[in-house]
Amino acid sequence: MSDITKQSLTELVESIKNKKLSSSEVTKAFIERSEKSKVLNAFITEDFTSALDKAKKFDQKPNLDLKLPGIPMAVKDLFCTKNVKTTAGSKILNNFVPTYESTVTENIWSEGAILLGKLNCDEFAMGSSNETSFFGNVQNPIDKNLVPGGSSGGSASAVAGQLTPITIGTDTGGSIRQPASFTGTVGLKPTYGSCSRYGIVAFASSLDQAGPMAQNVKDCALLQEVISSFDAKDSTSINFKRSHYSKDLTNNIKGKKIGIPKEYRVDGMPKEIEDLWQKGIEYVRNCGAEIINISLPHTSYALPTYYIVAPAEASSNLARYDGVKYGYRANGENLIDMYEKTRSEGFGVEVQRRIMIGTYVLSSGYYDAYYLKAQKVRRLIKNDFDEAYKKVDAILTPSTPSSAFKIGEKTNDPVSMYLNDIFTVPVNLAGLPGISIPAGHDAKGYPLGLQIIGKAFDEQNILNIAFAIEEKINFKNKITDWWIK
Amino acid sequence: MSKKSREYLINRRDNQYEVVIGLEVHAQVLSESKLFSTSATKFGAEPNTQVSLVDAAFPGMLPVINEFCVKQAIKTGIGLNAKINKRSVFDRKNYFYADLPQGYQISQFKDPIVGEGKVIIDLPDGHKEVGIERLHLEQDAGKSIHDLDPQNTFVDLNRSGVALMEIVSKPDLRSPDEVSIYIKKLRSIMRYLGTCDGNMQEGSLRADVNVSVREKGSKEFGTRCEIKNVNSIKFMQMAIEYEANRQVDLIEEGKTIDQETRLFDIKKNETRSMRSKEDAHDYRYFPDPDLLPLQISDEFVNKLKSEIPELPDDKKKRFINEFKLSAYEATILVSDIEIAKYFEEVVAKMGKNKDIKLAVNWITGELFAVLNSKNLEITQSPVSAKNLAILVNLIKNGTISGKIAKTVFELMLKNDEDPQKIVEENDLKQQSNPKALEELIDKIINNNREKAIEYKQGKEKLFGFFVGQAMKASGGKANPQLINEILKKKL
Amino acid sequence: MSIDLKTIKHISKLSRISVDDQRAKKLVGDLNSIFDFIEKLNELKTENVKPLTSIAETTLKLRSDEVQSKNIREQIIKNSPQDNEDYFVVPKVIE
Repeated sequence: MSDITKQSLTELVESIKNKKLSSSEVTKAFIERSEKSKVLNAFITEDFTSALDKAKKFDQKPNLDLKLPGIPMAVKDLFCTKNVKTTAGSKILNNFVPTYESTVTENIWSEGAILLGKLNCDEFAMGSSNETSFFGNVQNPIDKNLVPGGSSGGSASAVAGQLTPITIGTDTGGSIRQPASFTGTVGLKPTYGSCSRYGIVAFASSLDQAGPMAQNVKDCALLQEVISSFDAKDSTSINFKRSHYSKDLTNNIKGKKIGIPKEYRVDGMPKEIEDLWQKGIEYVRNCGAEIINISLPHTSYALPTYYIVAPAEASSNLARYDGVKYGYRANGENLIDMYEKTRSEGFGVEVQRRIMIGTYVLSSGYYDAYYLKAQKVRRLIKNDFDEAYKKVDAILTPSTPSSAFKIGEKTNDPVSMYLNDIFTVPVNLAGLPGISIPAGHDAKGYPLGLQIIGKAFDEQNILNIAFAIEEKINFKNKITDWWIK
Repeated sequence: MSKKSREYLINRRDNQYEVVIGLEVHAQVLSESKLFSTSATKFGAEPNTQVSLVDAAFPGMLPVINEFCVKQAIKTGIGLNAKINKRSVFDRKNYFYADLPQGYQISQFKDPIVGEGKVIIDLPDGHKEVGIERLHLEQDAGKSIHDLDPQNTFVDLNRSGVALMEIVSKPDLRSPDEVSIYIKKLRSIMRYLGTCDGNMQEGSLRADVNVSVREKGSKEFGTRCEIKNVNSIKFMQMAIEYEANRQVDLIEEGKTIDQETRLFDIKKNETRSMRSKEDAHDYRYFPDPDLLPLQISDEFVNKLKSEIPELPDDKKKRFINEFKLSAYEATILVSDIEIAKYFEEVVAKMGKNKDIKLAVNWITGELFAVLNSKNLEITQSPVSAKNLAILVNLIKNGTISGKIAKTVFELMLKNDEDPQKIVEENDLKQQSNPKALEELIDKIINNNREKAIEYKQGKEKLFGFFVGQAMKASGGKANPQLINEILKKKL
Repeated sequence: MSIDLKTIKHISKLSRISVDDQRAKKLVGDLNSIFDFIEKLNELKTENVKPLTSIAETTLKLRSDEVQSKNIREQIIKNSPQDNEDYFVVPKVIE
């Protein structure tokens, strides 16, 4: 059984299609491993019984033409799932059961996949360590007491720990790529508008994007193929020609021009990260790609911009959690009292902090100085990329400025926590696709990731580059199953 | 232009104050579904039965804009002679309230869909131009019901998300009467366009009224107060009267006026401060990131322009020119699209040899009187335009007299019957045969010899007596003109 | 610039989140350090830069005016903390 969970998605699909394995066998294997992995705290809601039923049903009448035939998978608890509790990692939605399905998960189920459960995440996806979740922090399978990153920490931990063959996360400032990097997995943030936001609990609407997380690039490409679709229910969804990402995947990147932005060489970056980056540069060069030094001059302004734009949008997006229509309600003497108590008791510290920042930067007298300013700088950041893409096809950077840190290490210093997203945030601000792939280990044996940033709608290209690097690196995640007795 | 005699001024001691009024009219867009969701907009549905997941702001729900509402707003803009903005932006107006499920209202703040325009209003002594500042699209909120339970407030979200047009006027109005005329004109234009039904009872048309006062002749504006959400013209007028006088009293007492939002209390006929809401007044507007800027092409606007029907001002001009109506008559007939339609149908049905003046008199006289007394709209008129046209023709060609026509009209009210038929069945045709009338008059003179002599001796008053006798003898059907002629001859 | 306790109280009111004094004091520190970091944007001259409101490179799509949602009152009200089958119910609103 344990062999099953070690298989990649591609292998599992193959096994089910060849009838070497049934969906029930696969589903059971992941459930059994998950049962033994509770200490990781990757799940908020388990839906195992129903998953087994669905697997049985699939096996009775298997449709093997589907892309994810009978494949069990867990998803981040930010995606609304019909009749399955959806919390966004928050007390304020602790009892919320949607009567509807997000477009992205709908796409997944209609390709034959089966829901295993809902995965832990930072509250409303606000965090870089999964420590802001109302349902407790998540352990990184790499090492005890290590954060898995965030906000898609449960998702990253579940994929790395083989509790699910693949998963989906959401990425507003790095929430897929940073945890992928911290857990030695692959995570793709697609171009803004590639995956529908319909039915995803919103954090910052102009930045949020769902994306696949997997053990390897090919699995990632396949899942991206499934989840990306034009959706008329999302006004920001874009109708562009989507390629068959997995079918068209190639390691031939000869002649591709890869940009290396000098501004990503930040102060205080550990030497091992710098070395990893150099190694990556060598690999792509060896694959026949051309390395070109570029400049993204406004890089250092990305985080301050992000910490205006994202909280501003969040402060408004989270106004609907007021105890009236759904979710947690505190008793109040009157309406306003009820609001203030509900939101004070229902939201955690980090969410409250961001709502306050967002409220402040939008408030009368400060709008121009903060929000408008940030929108202008956001254009400058986007222009940087536009300029760079006149010369290069993709950009190679480290995914994070450090490897995974200890639980509790940064909780008291929000700014140092925020700095974790320094390499990922510009990509969201510019609406571009970015992928993080595991590329090596630091001295402690913790995984480190490289990020490839593409042109808008050019997911295929960065998947190809990632695929080529992956082959050269031959990365092996060091997971000892320490949590299984 | 308003003349001195019509000026609305408030007098205190030796001081005269002028009232300055601007309106923010909220007009519900006529559409099947809501502005950003696909739920119905019907009035009077059971509570919370026209609410979608989007309207109730469930997590992950997103707005998708209704094209028809966009068209309706542009059409209205064209009707207000306003600039249509090719690019407009939807913003979020953030505040917390029980009937605002998103915690924000999607509205347009900096870049509205329609810019500056104007409306001409007819005053008793001329006309006046009222400037339009802007028109924007926004969502309506739900309804909080406070009086069904002592401890709790109930919330109905049926209205939540219904499309509204907010039409902001410049502070060009100077009296409660001007406000009334302006609102009626706005309502009329929108009804012509089919963009808003203007039904104030059902809340399709409400207004926030901005009132300030200043000493007569002053060029500066005074501090204004905004009276929120007044839903009838009468209440608007009452609220303005009260508020203007309140402000004048404050000035006279040497006190200052606070710029604030006020509420009109219908029962007490007074406005009062809504200060409790003031601290939550920082709306933190910002562009809605769930929506992109709305871009409209010239083609789109031109197509809509070509669909605009004749509007009241043009129609009035045409009525005056084509039908030789007085400005007063034309104003009445174009004031509502349905009245204008009725009138034009009457005109069309009258055929070649028509008496339009007579038709106007019948519509604005007898017909309006009946509609008023029975509290009916013209669309519910018991007499169809076709039959009214026949009736007017019967008078015009001498088949019946005006007096008999009134009898016929009374009979028409029952089943909207063909007046021709009524005349025939009841034998009401006018007696215009001179021979028969001469015989009839001879008889009357013979029977009243003494009176005839008195008349000849100079008692001219008696002429009327003979006319009356003749009409009576003919059962009212005698042609009065002929009777006059014959009587004069015979007497 | 710096954010004081009064400002924190004001923002907490605007965002309808009650904070006690201890929490408010902590927030003063947090927000000041975050805004110190944000102030970096003032290094940039942006007078002539057009603000970027939406990153999606597309225009707003318009849907046709059709009623598609039915009466789903039960679904809508099901998750509410308090209701009476017809309405959402909230504590009395005081004007």
